[in-house]
Amino acid sequence: MGWTKPLKKLLYALPAPAFWLGVWQLCAFWVDRRVGGRGNELQMPYPISVWNALVAMVGTGDFWSTVLASLGRIAMGLGWGILLGAVLAVLTCSSSWCDRLLSPAVRVIRAAPVASFILLVLLWAGRGRTPAIISALMVLPVVWDNLSRGIQAVDPRLLEMAKCYRFSRWKTAVLVSLPALRPYILTALSTAAGLAWKSGVAAEVLCLPKPSLGQRIYYTKYYLEIPELFAWTAVTVALSMALERLLRACLARWGRGWGR
Amino acid sequence: MIFCKDLSVSYGDRVVLDHFSLKIPDTGVTALSGPSGCGKTTLLRVLAGLERPRNGTVEGISPRQTAILFQDDRLLPWRTVKQHLTDVLPRERWGEAPALLALTELEGEEHTFPAALSGGMGRRLALARCLALPARLYLLDEPFAGVDLPRVLRILERLRALPAPVLLVSHEPAVLSAADTVMELNGPPLRSVDL
Repeated sequence: MGWTKPLKKLLYALPAPAFWLGVWQLCAFWVDRRVGGRGNELQMPYPISVWNALVAMVGTGDFWSTVLASLGRIAMGLGWGILLGAVLAVLTCSSSWCDRLLSPAVRVIRAAPVASFILLVLLWAGRGRTPAIISALMVLPVVWDNLSRGIQAVDPRLLEMAKCYRFSRWKTAVLVSLPALRPYILTALSTAAGLAWKSGVAAEVLCLPKPSLGQRIYYTKYYLEIPELFAWTAVTVALSMALERLLRACLARWGRGWGR
Repeated sequence: MIFCKDLSVSYGDRVVLDHFSLKIPDTGVTALSGPSGCGKTTLLRVLAGLERPRNGTVEGISPRQTAILFQDDRLLPWRTVKQHLTDVLPRERWGEAPALLALTELEGEEHTFPAALSGGMGRRLALARCLALPARLYLLDEPFAGVDLPRVLRILERLRALPAPVLLVSHEPAVLSAADTVMELNGPPLRSVDL
């Protein structure tokens, strides 16, 4: 039957979220019993309160402009981070001199606290550009690290074959190295998409560009609108997951048929 | 004639070719036979320019005029059978891909990925890809591993008709008896062979 497969998929996917929703409901109930009154809404709102807040938000025009503005900033940061990370990986893997020069800088970026970067970039680039730059800076080391490991792991026998069969450098890169990097690119993109959202929204909370998810989250804290805080967080998580799925789907199309 | 003169190759302390000389006929299929590890693959790699001999020269051919089939298939899992050939063939010769597939009896598998090929089919694809490369000498290292005997003999007959000579390594008695010339090698280290 046509409907059994989607039903099976739904039954497979449903239990875990249902379990965690139940845990949340129980926690909210427990807090409600201990604190009572509006204290419950301030510390642990019920899932239904968050749902209501979300439905109210989605109905407004502001919601979509906010989401699109943040999505644009973070996607731009993600794109630049991937591009720069890939270029750096190629440079550090192709020249030991570049590796000695650039690797320490990338490692510093990876280790430094994101808050320090946000404040510095805010001073240098202004509030509008900071979230995108921060997303790019957080994504860059992840992409660099994964792609560097991938480039070093390309089968030397395949590279020897490419050399013997007179592949040009470009042809070797496109036909041998790039497809061999696919699993590393997949890992890099999955991690990078989540990091871009986390760091980008954190930067928005500190810089308050208009309109932005970070600004909305900041004001929910300011006005103690905790259900809205949960709702905006859920929106951020959903956007992050959607972006990751989109990137994975693109790569899945690229690798279709290889294993069969 | 192609001459290998006084070749010496060693890996660390292990001498594989020791002042080894060899004449390779200009036509037909020449088979090299000998115990495992005696230096046959090293000799092919020297001819293909993948190993630099410590001593000696190869005359009558340059590495760029050879095409080597490696002992392992080295297929690209993300390229189809046909793409493996068009990756190597110059664009103006893409039309020769069906003939190469016919030579190695892989017709109908144009759009198959290597993971879906059997071991013998993978070997034949690697052979077809090697033959796609324009060369004055084909160096084939165990080209028929995993290929059934009747097919081996048919393909060998077609290799004999190639415009360039073939130097192949094999342990298979049927291949050795079907080759135009057979060289029995001893080693390591390899000693010179006179035809």
